[in-house]
Amino acid sequence: MDVVVLLKQVPDPKEYVRIMEDGTLDREKARSIINPCDKSALEAAIDAKEKYGAKITAISMGPPKAEDALREALAMGADEAILISDKKLRGSDTLATSYVLQRAISKLGRYDLILCGVETTDGGTGQVGPEVAEYLGIPQITCVEEFKIEGDYVEAKRTLESKFERLKVRLPMLITISNGAYPPRNTAFSGIMKASKGQVQIWSTASIGADENKVGLVGSPTKIMKVEKVEFHRRHCAIDGDDIETLTKNLLDKLEGNGISLVGYNNERGARRNLGLCRA
Amino acid sequence: MKEGHGGIWVYAGHSGGRIDRSAMELLGKARKLADKIGTELSAILVGFGVKSFAHEPISYGANLVYTVDDERLTNYTTMPYTRLLVDLIRVEKPGIVLFSADANGRDLAPRIAARLETGLTADCVDLDIGDFEDKESGNKYQNVLLQVVPAFGGNVMATIVNPERRPQMATVRPGTFDVPDKDLNRRGDVLPCEVELKEGDNAVEVLEIISKENHVSFDDARIVVAGGRGAGGIMGFNLLRDLANVIGAEVGASRAAIDAGWISPDHMVGIGGQTVRPDIYIACGISGAMHHVMGVKNSKIIIAINKDPNAPIFDVADYIIIGDLFEVVPKLIGNIKGKRAITHGKSVVNPNRFNINS
Repeated sequence: MDVVVLLKQVPDPKEYVRIMEDGTLDREKARSIINPCDKSALEAAIDAKEKYGAKITAISMGPPKAEDALREALAMGADEAILISDKKLRGSDTLATSYVLQRAISKLGRYDLILCGVETTDGGTGQVGPEVAEYLGIPQITCVEEFKIEGDYVEAKRTLESKFERLKVRLPMLITISNGAYPPRNTAFSGIMKASKGQVQIWSTASIGADENKVGLVGSPTKIMKVEKVEFHRRHCAIDGDDIETLTKNLLDKLEGNGISLVGYNNERGARRNLGLCRA
Repeated sequence: MKEGHGGIWVYAGHSGGRIDRSAMELLGKARKLADKIGTELSAILVGFGVKSFAHEPISYGANLVYTVDDERLTNYTTMPYTRLLVDLIRVEKPGIVLFSADANGRDLAPRIAARLETGLTADCVDLDIGDFEDKESGNKYQNVLLQVVPAFGGNVMATIVNPERRPQMATVRPGTFDVPDKDLNRRGDVLPCEVELKEGDNAVEVLEIISKENHVSFDDARIVVAGGRGAGGIMGFNLLRDLANVIGAEVGASRAAIDAGWISPDHMVGIGGQTVRPDIYIACGISGAMHHVMGVKNSKIIIAINKDPNAPIFDVADYIIIGDLFEVVPKLIGNIKGKRAITHGKSVVNPNRFNINS
């Protein structure tokens, strides 16, 4: 079975980025990682490889430094890694990105199962998976917590707001792995050794036969009109106190002074409803 | 509007014979946008038995409701829903199509956008109509959809437009806009549409639907107590649950806490999780990334507890406590109980009677 894992390198969300005086982002210190859900998708691929046997190809689109993410993917257990990197791709929105990934997957030729995370921590759109599936003309199942393969079919458990669905579909198809599913394994030393020798292939727009008018800023239907700093109109009232006891008392007093009471809220759901406070 | 394309559509999700609350929210906002440019608002209802409540979107602002009612559409699946919506869009040529950013909306909208090769903006926190001048080409566009989304990192918002292609498509998180008043006197039309399913549409088979027993909903929560990286682990969340029990709150979490596995993903608050709008939001050990802040900004009061005096969460807080939540929260619980005892002349009822979802 041929499994393709799509992954993106993102800034480490553990390090929050602040706006500098000149309005630019302080990204200097930001470390890059494999997008967490994409890493889970890779874990799911390795799991499938162990159960059913598979060749795993990790594909990423990004700047040259995204090669690090693919090296990590090789260390975890991917068999091949491909980075689509080209200045012409800069500024691609989700539609243009999906087109490029579809071109790369088509060039690869063989795929039974495509896996990626449900969304990234930076863009967070969750659109690339379904858009790639659409461009390839194959079915998709999004927000998957677990899946198994039986013959030519995938059976997957999809998580929604208030329910789960068990769905069955024939290969080839695309799965997006939900947040928190398939926690990634630690990379073994042997994997690191393998990865240091492994090759990350670099593909360009031309090598995947992509139409230049469909990639980058030119090929992206969405445009950024403006970026603005947000002003939040909040009280910004700092609570003081010599010790924590006083501090928390001061908070409750201050809240009460402004007509807000934590003390008045009952701990029974029914009582809250009866207060007539519920919306709609 | 581009020639030939006009009108605003809302894809209205539904369950149990009613349209979703998020569909009502979208209809309310879309009504205002439609009035601004003097166009019609239509709702799209797809499923089985939807005819019986086809008038509901009208009372929330729609002029027209397209219904696609077929037993084979009882359960949402990607392929047939995509095809029939794409077919409808190609014939009717709406200028704007809006979706709720729930699991199905996020499954469906990108699929449609890719088939129509048009732009789609995810998780808008605001929508408006305005003019756009493309500085590169010098082209000017009137009355385009302005789609406001949080930009990654820092307190910045980006306005996204899709000037050239139609329809303009966007998804909006449930809870972002107010539910409009229901007006049963509003008049509108219902237009039943025929469905023609093709081979390949039933590629995905629904084997089973299982409801979540511990489904976390913040819809009715008056108070939300949420923890982030600073909660440090499961123990930290137990402490936050204690506070939540005492004040009748739901427990939320930032992405950092979810990714660390300290609490189930259902509790996630912010873009990527749920948008909340309680009376009081208590952020404990949450740094305040923009994607979190955007999911809580509609809270009436925000109280933030954080050790780091520079945490961005304080920029959006009404009440700021610089301190360790492991010291502050127990004292806060003690003081609330103490005040209650004085106020009511008795101690609080057994907190175990209120079972917080976990």
